[in-house]
Amino acid sequence: MINNDREITVLVADDTDTDRLILETIVKKEGHRVISARDGVEAVEQFENSRPDIVLLDALMPNMDGFEAARRIKSLAGEELIPIIFLTSLTDTPSLVKCLEAGGDDFLSKPYNRVILQAKIKAFYRMRTMNRTMLNQRDQIVKHNEHFLQEQTVAKQVFDNITSGGDLNTSSLRYFLSPLAVFNGDVMVASSTPAGNFMVLLGDFTGHGLPAAIGAMPLATTFYGMVSKGFSMADILAEINGKLKSILPVGLFCCATMVEVNFRKSSIRIWNGGLPPAYIYRNSGTVEAMKSTHLPLGVLNNRDFKADPALLQLEYGDRLYLWSDGIHESRNADGDMFGEERLMATFASNTVRDQLFDDLLAQVKAFTGDVEKSDDLSLVELLMAPIDVAYKDRFEPAKAQSQLAEWSLSFEVKPSSFAIFDPLPLLLSVLLEVPGLRNHSGTLYTVISELYTNALEHGVLGLDSGLKNDPEGFDQYYQLRKERTKEITQGFIRISLTHKTSSDGGVLSVIVEDSGLGFDFNALELDRPKVEYSGRGLRLVSSLCDTLKIEPPGNLVKATYRWHSDD
Amino acid sequence: MSANNHIDHDTLATLQEVMEDDFQHLIETFISDSSQKMTDMQRALAAGLSDELRRAAHSFKGSSSNIGAGGLVALCKAIEDKAAVADLAGIEMQIVDLQQEFNLVKGQLDIYL
Repeated sequence: MINNDREITVLVADDTDTDRLILETIVKKEGHRVISARDGVEAVEQFENSRPDIVLLDALMPNMDGFEAARRIKSLAGEELIPIIFLTSLTDTPSLVKCLEAGGDDFLSKPYNRVILQAKIKAFYRMRTMNRTMLNQRDQIVKHNEHFLQEQTVAKQVFDNITSGGDLNTSSLRYFLSPLAVFNGDVMVASSTPAGNFMVLLGDFTGHGLPAAIGAMPLATTFYGMVSKGFSMADILAEINGKLKSILPVGLFCCATMVEVNFRKSSIRIWNGGLPPAYIYRNSGTVEAMKSTHLPLGVLNNRDFKADPALLQLEYGDRLYLWSDGIHESRNADGDMFGEERLMATFASNTVRDQLFDDLLAQVKAFTGDVEKSDDLSLVELLMAPIDVAYKDRFEPAKAQSQLAEWSLSFEVKPSSFAIFDPLPLLLSVLLEVPGLRNHSGTLYTVISELYTNALEHGVLGLDSGLKNDPEGFDQYYQLRKERTKEITQGFIRISLTHKTSSDGGVLSVIVEDSGLGFDFNALELDRPKVEYSGRGLRLVSSLCDTLKIEPPGNLVKATYRWHSDD
Repeated sequence: MSANNHIDHDTLATLQEVMEDDFQHLIETFISDSSQKMTDMQRALAAGLSDELRRAAHSFKGSSSNIGAGGLVALCKAIEDKAAVADLAGIEMQIVDLQQEFNLVKGQLDIYL
């Protein structure tokens, strides 16, 4: 067998021995394998037994004619392509049509021509191979697709688990997103802040499918993690921007609008980076567009990124609408986009404000006339309402009770710990449990760390800060500090923190006392700038705190720090 | 076709080339095949079964064409066409003609045996 691929098996079905003999010989000479049949019944049997690649079938045969045999063979072959060549000296068109209708692919007329038969066998075998390849590939695609859908479902579950940290059950929020929106690149996250504000972020990632969904994960985790800890909108935006910038490849980013609703003050902060304008629908009926004034998230380095939300005053009953470009860009059968005009017309024709959300969706769906196309639509409505309406069932202070509000704490560091222990992280983690103080962690860190360092270096270790006024003294200072820290066996530093809440914030008082001798604090003029290194710490603390008091003999410092929930 | 040209010897030469050692077997097969077809046709005519007559004529025509027997092809076709429209009148004479032509062809094929 000198065949390139594999042996081709040819079924020859002819009731005339002479013709069959000629065909068998020609086919064998080409190096193919031959199976013979004398009538239609035998042909079908042989086909089932040997599964030949090509069938040569005489039209008129006893028992079962070629037409019926062809029909049965085609039906047995299923979707596999089994070329059937009719052997016939029939020349009238109706007979030829009958052959084709029975499933015949070609004809071979008598007298047989060896060259033509060989060419036909080759051509049809190529076609059969191609068809087989195509079927295999199709099956693979189907398999891949099933696999892909399964992966999407799993990914969707993971994403849902991440976003279940959210809190979409406020009566002020209505939204529409397709169940698999995350794979269209759309993502919406929403949660309430410890202060009782409500934060929403609607994002639209470039691209579709997995690449778009991947960015949604860090966005959601960052959002939920930071909102619940009381971080400011600017911090959250910057963090998400930085994360996306570092993980997403160039060209992949997230257009987003973020809103913080302050129900108590009836105000919103809004930041729009690349999404279509958000609309404020006022009680008066006016509509204001909040256009994008920033680049999308994940484009700029945090150095250049500006998270400066606009602050707007609203009234109870005013509504805010956010959407991804799915609504503007949804097309009807003619390819026209829904666009801003139709959007504005929907606002204008609205009579029942509660139904505007449904009106908008209905208009877009009626316009596209196809639910399939509505998959990309994402619509969010926020209603400004009194806080007890916004959070109906779970009255917000109940939530606040589980958090640290009024408390005090005293912490003493003993000699053996001076060298190895830094009390700052521990104290700071306690402070961060107070919702309102989270936004002030940087300042509080500076205050406590300055006071502690002063108490340690000047109080307990008795170092003179005057040493630090020239470079050699500077070195000496730190040499002494090292030695004395190692050797010290007596002394203490006591840090007391006391926190009280007020209606719009709270007061933290910090007292740092050391076992040292104190110092002449009257010589220290805290109001006047000073160029020397010594004394700079206290001046900084004084500028950051509301009050700063040093008790005689100078080994106890008391600072108070006031914070407001809307800072 | 001239009277002494009952067989196209070029066609047979080609067949000989293709069939090689099987060529003799092919000729024998054709002769026995065709004798059977002649009998079939006579029986079908006697029973008045035009469809069977037509099929036998069609089949005989096909193998005759493969063997290069143009005279047989023409006669078979005439019988096939009449049988196809169930017009059996005068077919008996045509079958006699066919038998004569077949005898002549056999005589010519003898040289290949």
